[in-house]
Amino acid sequence: MTQNGNTHAVEIRDMNVYYGDKLAVDSISLPIAARKITAFIGPSGCGKSTVLRSINRMNDLIPGARVQGEVTFRNQNLYGDNIDPVEVRRRIGMVFQKPNPFPKSIYDNVAYGPRLLGLSKKEALDEIVETSLRQAALWDEVKSDLKKSGLALSGGQQQRLCIARTLAVEPEVILMDEPCSALDPIATQKIEELMRELSTQYTIVIVTHNMQQALRTSDYTAFYSIRKALEEDGKENRWGVLVEFGPTQALFSDPTQQETADYISGRFG
Amino acid sequence: MGEVQTRLPADEAFRKQLAARNSAAVRWQGFFLGAIVAGMILLIVLLLSIINEAVGLVALKENIPVADIADRPLEELAAPDLAIILQNNLSKGRLQALFIQEILDPDIDRSRLGSDPVHVFLPENSYNPVLGDKTFVDLSPDELAALLAANVSVDRLRDLVYTDVVGLEILESWPLLTSLFNRAAIDQEIVDKQQGIGLPSSYTQQQIDDIKAKYGVARVEWRSWLNRDFLTGSMSATPADAGIRGAITGTLWVIAITLSVAVPLGIGAAIYLEEYANPNAPINRIIETNIRNLAGVPSIIYGLLGLAIFARVLEYLTSGRIFGVEGTNGRTTLTAGLTLALLILPVIIINAQEAIRAVPSSIREASYGLGATKWQTIWRQVLPAALPGILTGIILSLSRAVGETAPLVVVGAAVFLAKDPNGPFTAFTTLPIQIYNWAAMPQDQFRDAAAAGIVVLLLILLALNMTAIIIRQRFSRRLQG
Repeated sequence: MTQNGNTHAVEIRDMNVYYGDKLAVDSISLPIAARKITAFIGPSGCGKSTVLRSINRMNDLIPGARVQGEVTFRNQNLYGDNIDPVEVRRRIGMVFQKPNPFPKSIYDNVAYGPRLLGLSKKEALDEIVETSLRQAALWDEVKSDLKKSGLALSGGQQQRLCIARTLAVEPEVILMDEPCSALDPIATQKIEELMRELSTQYTIVIVTHNMQQALRTSDYTAFYSIRKALEEDGKENRWGVLVEFGPTQALFSDPTQQETADYISGRFG
Repeated sequence: MGEVQTRLPADEAFRKQLAARNSAAVRWQGFFLGAIVAGMILLIVLLLSIINEAVGLVALKENIPVADIADRPLEELAAPDLAIILQNNLSKGRLQALFIQEILDPDIDRSRLGSDPVHVFLPENSYNPVLGDKTFVDLSPDELAALLAANVSVDRLRDLVYTDVVGLEILESWPLLTSLFNRAAIDQEIVDKQQGIGLPSSYTQQQIDDIKAKYGVARVEWRSWLNRDFLTGSMSATPADAGIRGAITGTLWVIAITLSVAVPLGIGAAIYLEEYANPNAPINRIIETNIRNLAGVPSIIYGLLGLAIFARVLEYLTSGRIFGVEGTNGRTTLTAGLTLALLILPVIIINAQEAIRAVPSSIREASYGLGATKWQTIWRQVLPAALPGILTGIILSLSRAVGETAPLVVVGAAVFLAKDPNGPFTAFTTLPIQIYNWAAMPQDQFRDAAAAGIVVLLLILLALNMTAIIIRQRFSRRLQG
């Protein structure tokens, strides 16, 4: 995973996303720094999850979703003609808002990705399962009972299992869509610590509603907001824009835009 | 603080109204309980009425009394003695028929029985007295009897003596409740008939003498119509000998064909409609609507379709001629199985669709997010999670197919079969059809056979459903960990 001096793992350029005819996010341009944590914040409906899901082409699964512009990863446009979304998702993994382990054993959950790639040797799988669970700080809690169903774990453990499952296919980038919103504060703290550790090896992008979390964990922050316009028939159209992007400390202490300042001080949204 | 103005009922009015609301709840609960109780009572009455018919007293007559052919009860005789009774009382032709029926493999080439030595046809391991190169037709009654004694079980020989020599005839049968609680009336009826009392005045002297003679040698005994001979016996024109073996194998064959066609096709169609087809395309909406309508089409219409397509147009296939089978027409087990497969296909598709749709999208997303292809996601996540629901649909439709009569009558179920259905290309009958035929027979005693047949049908249904439920439970448990 050499970056050849290029410090950007992913680069989004002039990206528009449409759902059917409706514009969802408008001309987003944003670099994602390699082996750093980038947080997306903003009010509900501002399109931050849409941008996140465009990075590994999860939006392809939504009927009618359409992406214009470029998302560059390893010097290739992910929306180019010869790109298979299956390969994109294997390189750019995803952790979802609600912990969603498969209804299988802990072992089978983690081994799922490697098995998809055709790996079937037991020693190899055993090793991957152990390494991934250790990386996700879950190994010590589950090592005695890997046959137990993933659904039998607590919410925080389930989310760490989902992270381990993602790590098992050795991605370069991990996208996290509000990974702590369904968890209690202690579980949240564990995930945040884990993210800090993982950021030494992986590029992480996290969507969060919790500004304290963005401040605590992230290196860069992107603030999104909503634009509205009335159509001729009186319906209101809403879409998301990127308002401000920069190093987290600077963005929170000295925002350049009034809208950002209002949002982070709680006057809006 | 002043009194807050409110439009909602307060204190006294509220409590009064709450009591009314609570009593409404109690009334509904009582109604629901009543529904369950009524259902249970009807079910019990149904089962009792079936058992009432299937077990009871019968008046039996032996055409040749056992005392005339043996000096001891048949149950005490050994195989050679029984074979000698057969030899003494049956023609050579009948002995030959028994030999073919009881000893020889049903699949041998019968045209060569006259020319080849008989030991060629005897199954391996069968006892074979010294016959030299005698052909089948040269065997003497002594030798035939010796072969029967050596190769047929004692129990079976005793059955043959009863059916072929003694010839039990059931004159009359009574239901279980009458048999248990009104035995005196039954005995009185027999005595009256022995003396010719109480017969309709329109009877001629001849008829009265007949009845007196018949009942003069009759004895009354308990009989369960559901017995070993009934389960293993072939079809017969006399109620006492009627068996259900052919209908059981027919049902199992038809259901096996039905499931092996309808299950893969049904699940496949459901996967396509749910996972691949664009739900907004008009053509797919038309298909979906039609599948839903087809599930409600009366079964006899499927019978007409099966008759036109499978029995007539595709006769070359369904008669097995394409595979070199001869002497059959399109009215085979395969036709019946395919017709029932059409009948249950919509139900299986709809249930499988519902089950696939109910798989949480979070599981799909997780799988795609790890780099799974669409097919990997369907095969490894969607189908296993949907399987319990899919199996529920299969259980429902299986029960329907097992009990179906009308479409099978239309595609040409056999009323009488000399040979059991033992493959896809044989004439067929099934349990419900056999039961229907028996119930429609003029002799009263066939009604008892029908009741016993219903018990068998219910037991087979129960066994099939239990199997499917056990599989479903096992899968659900695996999914929940």
